[in-house]
Amino acid sequence: MGWLEGRFEENVITTTIEQAINWARESSMWPMTFGLACCAIEMMATGASRYDIDRFGAGAFRATPRQADLMIVAGTVNFKMASRVRRLYNQMPDPKFVIAMGACTCGGGPYYKYGYNVVKGVDLIVPVDVYVPGCPPRPEALLEGLMRIQDKVRGMKALTKGQPIDMPIPSRTGYVLLPPELSDPDPQKAVEKQNEFARRTKELATPAKA
Amino acid sequence: MSPAEIIATLEKKFGDRIKAKRLDVPDAYVVIEPGDLLEVCRFLRDEPGLRFEILNCITGVDYLEPDPKKAPKAGFEPHLEVVYHLSSFTYPGQRFCLKLMLPRWKDNQPGQLPEVPSVASLWRTADWHEREVYDLCGIYFTGHPDLRRILLADDWEGHPLRKDYEFPLEYHGIRGR
Repeated sequence: MGWLEGRFEENVITTTIEQAINWARESSMWPMTFGLACCAIEMMATGASRYDIDRFGAGAFRATPRQADLMIVAGTVNFKMASRVRRLYNQMPDPKFVIAMGACTCGGGPYYKYGYNVVKGVDLIVPVDVYVPGCPPRPEALLEGLMRIQDKVRGMKALTKGQPIDMPIPSRTGYVLLPPELSDPDPQKAVEKQNEFARRTKELATPAKA
Repeated sequence: MSPAEIIATLEKKFGDRIKAKRLDVPDAYVVIEPGDLLEVCRFLRDEPGLRFEILNCITGVDYLEPDPKKAPKAGFEPHLEVVYHLSSFTYPGQRFCLKLMLPRWKDNQPGQLPEVPSVASLWRTADWHEREVYDLCGIYFTGHPDLRRILLADDWEGHPLRKDYEFPLEYHGIRGR
């Protein structure tokens, strides 16, 4: 845009639509409140006034995945939680980014050898954009990780070059065991049971008319 | 009542159903048979002078030396213990401890969990404690209202705090190590 710049009056800026979108996107990353263990304390410290992640536009911690576009996995992920992590990731709108915060989410950390219940790295479940090592990482390290995410957003060329904006999802799925009243070896019967359960819960949730 | 007096009261009431006792440790304890557990616990809770209204914790202990070289020197036969710690509100500071000795597997058949009567009917707090012991140590509590795993996933295999537990290599497609 070199030949265009400086040709207009003051207060007129030239840019491309892609740059403008990326700039808006990187300046308002909304992380999801997703503290699983001790790293969450450090994540809270990053959000509080001393380190203030809001300086980078990522201070609006959302309590629902549907309003968030950054998942900071802060803490140990165990096998029981794995399917939930995957489901929350699937519920986030595109484009979505994942920071693996701390040694446990990067690769099992202190639980690598004897943690029978710990997933050896959250990248086995969801695609990870930035790894922030440390046990737990300092708030500065998390801010650095956020800035690397912002670099990544700034370099996105989804509009002009049609680059995929999300990384490929690992093929391993978390798997949710249904309670016995909802599961059945016969898939037809299982669907009937689940429909019946949904109808009943809806009935229960509907207030009785006066 | 001092621990010695509590043990004397129990011996007077139950006689030789008290299998063993020990006083020279910080937590004085008696060892009883699992079959007598409910009766002894009810006595400890309701007897005037004892009144153990609260069950502090239930602990499962696995005595096993997995290394065959060290096993002869370990100083114990492989077995399981369940430890009950009791306290009293009526007599503050009054504490007591009960122990059960169990085989590692019922009838020496691996996979068959040893059975203990549940005390959840006497102390409500035993409900979750017994679920945890069942989950991690593999002790089946008969008569428990809702004996499910409390910490691990429902479809988990094995009981991780057993000394001979094998780590899962894979859980629903996620590699385990």
